[in-house]
Amino acid sequence: MKLGRVIGTMVATVKYKGMEGLKLLIVRPLTADGREDGEPFVATDASAQASSGDLVTWEASREAALLHENWFVPVDHAVVGIVDQHAYDDGGKR
Amino acid sequence: MILGRVCGTVVATIEHPFYDGKKQLIVRACLPDGSFDGEKYVIAVDLVGAGVGETVLVEDEGNSARQMMGNLKNAPIRSVIVGIVDQVALG
Repeated sequence: MKLGRVIGTMVATVKYKGMEGLKLLIVRPLTADGREDGEPFVATDASAQASSGDLVTWEASREAALLHENWFVPVDHAVVGIVDQHAYDDGGKR
Repeated sequence: MILGRVCGTVVATIEHPFYDGKKQLIVRACLPDGSFDGEKYVIAVDLVGAGVGETVLVEDEGNSARQMMGNLKNAPIRSVIVGIVDQVALG
């Protein structure tokens, strides 16, 4: 899993079989201490409740598809949870 | 497997039910000399009781993680902390 920030939502009415009802989010990946790290991607929402502005954890590849009830879906990024508390301490070493 | 240092924790109330009650730690990848390997990191589920500041061994592969969870078919997990490193010796 990694950290990300939900920066938007996306709606697609016509989706592949098995993806009906899956919410789509636009997520910007973050570094371990919460700085922006790379280009945003589209992820499905396995937490079901994430919205724009939320700090979230996300998973990629096969594990992203496994997060869904019908796990044989063409999904490669999915939001796992909404982060309430994010503590970071690298001992000043960077 | 990845050598890393635990740099933080992540707490989520609303999350996929699989992760309920599972401790999730932020682990930054380390080189054998103990320095960080760029910005590489992973949020891993802790199976050994690691804490912030400790050097750990992380398995970052889906099938191995699923085996450790005793749910080979469809546990949605990939990264697991499997050891606390006492010492790294080179050469």
